[in-house]
Amino acid sequence: MVAAGSTVPLVAIAGNPNTGKTTLFNRLTGLGQRVGNYPGVTVDRHTGHVDLSGRDVCLMDVPGCYSLSARSPEEQLAIQALCGLSDVERPAAVVVVVDATQLVRNLYLVLQVIEAGAPTVVALNMVDSLEGAGTQVNARALQRVLEVPVVETCARTGDGLQELKTAIESVLADPRKGKPGPRWAPDDPLLEADAAAVEEALPEAWAPEGESDLRRALALWALISVDEEDELQDVPGELREVVASRRRLARASGRDLDLEVVSGRYDWIQGHAPAFLREVGARRSWSERVDAVLLNAWLGFPIFLLIMGVLFQTLFTWSTPLIDGVDVAFGALAAGVHAAFPAGILRDFITEGLIAGVGSVLVFLPQILLLFLFLGLMEDSGYMARIAFVMDRGMKAVGLHGRAFIPLMSGFACAIPAILATRTMERRRDRVLVMMVVPLMTCSARLPVYTLIIGALFPVAAGAGLIDVQGGLMMGMYLFATTIALLAAGVLARTVLRGPKVPLILELPPYRRPQLRTVLRTMWEKGRVFVTEAGTVILACTVVLWLLLDFPRLPAERAAEFDRRVEAVQAEGLAETESDARLTALANERAAAQRYGSIAGHMGRALEPAIAPLGFDWKIGVGLIGSFAAREVFVATMGIVYGSGGGDDQAAVTSLRSKMKADLRADGRPVYTPLVGISLLVFFALACQCLSTVAVVKRETNGWRWPIFMLTYMTVLAWVVSFAVYQGGRLLGFV
Amino acid sequence: MTPLPTLPPGCRALLLRLGGERGFRRRLLELGLLPGTEVRIVRQVDVGGMVELDVRGCHLSLRQAEAAELLVQPLE
Repeated sequence: MVAAGSTVPLVAIAGNPNTGKTTLFNRLTGLGQRVGNYPGVTVDRHTGHVDLSGRDVCLMDVPGCYSLSARSPEEQLAIQALCGLSDVERPAAVVVVVDATQLVRNLYLVLQVIEAGAPTVVALNMVDSLEGAGTQVNARALQRVLEVPVVETCARTGDGLQELKTAIESVLADPRKGKPGPRWAPDDPLLEADAAAVEEALPEAWAPEGESDLRRALALWALISVDEEDELQDVPGELREVVASRRRLARASGRDLDLEVVSGRYDWIQGHAPAFLREVGARRSWSERVDAVLLNAWLGFPIFLLIMGVLFQTLFTWSTPLIDGVDVAFGALAAGVHAAFPAGILRDFITEGLIAGVGSVLVFLPQILLLFLFLGLMEDSGYMARIAFVMDRGMKAVGLHGRAFIPLMSGFACAIPAILATRTMERRRDRVLVMMVVPLMTCSARLPVYTLIIGALFPVAAGAGLIDVQGGLMMGMYLFATTIALLAAGVLARTVLRGPKVPLILELPPYRRPQLRTVLRTMWEKGRVFVTEAGTVILACTVVLWLLLDFPRLPAERAAEFDRRVEAVQAEGLAETESDARLTALANERAAAQRYGSIAGHMGRALEPAIAPLGFDWKIGVGLIGSFAAREVFVATMGIVYGSGGGDDQAAVTSLRSKMKADLRADGRPVYTPLVGISLLVFFALACQCLSTVAVVKRETNGWRWPIFMLTYMTVLAWVVSFAVYQGGRLLGFV
Repeated sequence: MTPLPTLPPGCRALLLRLGGERGFRRRLLELGLLPGTEVRIVRQVDVGGMVELDVRGCHLSLRQAEAAELLVQPLE
């Protein structure tokens, strides 16, 4: 996945989280970025191009990390990307972005990168915040100690960018300038012997014989990363055995290998720190004063709820005009095509299949973009880490941790961005767990369905206090679904997705003003993923559905009969309004007859035995088939089945409601009783009627196992609970 | 020597011993929480079961239950 062949040098940019690495990367590469995936894991691999005095260089953003040691495949990416393991191209130079205000901790990673023999340039970032942090850093002294180029930068303003480029250029021209040899090496002969023994077992593909620095670095890496419980990939058994035996030996003689290696590096840094680092007085940062309120035992949670409330309120209010705009635009487009093309299958395909399909994809986009705008602002300002802090205990009760809260909340807008947002969690098991329950959250696609069903079946109680029956039911549905989602998480965490309890280490970075560029870029990327990944599925499904609902066409004699009736109405010479009304009624009747005989109609009737115990008839069955691609299609499909036209404007929905109310079973009882309505609401709350969610889960988990599991458990759950509601209700005497 | 979550906010202490599961311990070591390091308790939130530390100017939060693996000597 190298952008343009091997002639373009690859430069990696690495650093601790919250060092401004991404901002610097964006500054250096400008707009021309590519987002791919690292092999085997769903971690975005961002690459972009930089022009260094006319020379094209490919810059690769390495996920933020505190060190190169690893226990999960995601953490392993850093060492793979920096040392060129597992088919990742080895970079020609590495820029390590360092937060100058937390220099000692950041230098730990710098030492590891230098040890690995990668030509290194240090970008000493955030020098502008040093004064507030109460320290002074002498960059030239640091450069003398590290013996690699050190450049002061300020990613927010772009200061030092040119100097950084010059430094990268000089290291690319002469790699020795950034390759001074390991700063620290074990001086304890016992540790030295351990490292030497592990080196012998390193696979040839990792580091050829001549690369002694790299071999030593990888040996030390293996010593403190590999054990019985790690989930690392591509670690050969021979290496595992040697590491295990050296660790056993060390333990037997009371040594602590992890401590020896880590403190060796820290001792080196501390020993040299006086040369480049001066403390000029302790301080209590303003972040700490803000946190005294935001993380306060009694205020923290209410404030957080308030922020969330405002955020979601804004999300829904701001997106409404945009969503309406998309609706109107595509309606107009369809009408235009309708007028311009001759009647026939092609016109129907374009207007009802293609245009409606693209419209139903884009209608979600405003909410998704806004959601990622808010998520980006929270992440970039530092508030996201505080949410994890505040929510950790509640989430832990259901087997999740604080970071899981945001994806779950996002599920109220749409499951797809929520699933994409799970990437902020480190562990795969946690991510999968959240993905499995996110589709249970009441997404906005369920709202039109709830509105239709509740509006058709439950009376608007006049003046029943603050909330009427309809509003109460709507809130009840939110509560019900959220409860089930949390319960499901609790059950899954104790069964299928059982995992070791992982201790939480949460860095609370200082609050910072969010960078609009970074946030907008995330919005753009997520929006693109949605349109390409979910959009293609929704579009394909809409087209397939159109085929199912429109074919086979009405038999010729039925079609001719409708044509005759239309002519008869036209010949009667009625007043225009009267005639139009009769013609519309005829067209709707014709559409309903068409649906009855269509493939979907047959499928709905075939489905009836399975859904009759839930109180549903074949028409609802057709609606369920229709809603499989995306739930809100239910409304349009029911409209067509009931012959009230497929529109979702006020008039069509009102007419659909009254037709649903008036519909009778063969024995004369109404089809839609309040009990059937509740059963249907429950089914929509729990069933996984969203193929794009399935597709995105497939992509994020790299396989069919979890999406199929999700589809199965949700469908079974929906059926069983609806069955219990309907049959239980009947036993209690409701009809 | 006392477990870290027993200290009140504002208290400074010297980290003496660090226990716990290997990955947790190694990550803390790599974040600079080595024996002999001075830490400051910034906040104890008993409702949420969290403790916040200042280690070398970096703010870290741990669950109180897990932070009990950190044994410290309060500094006066």
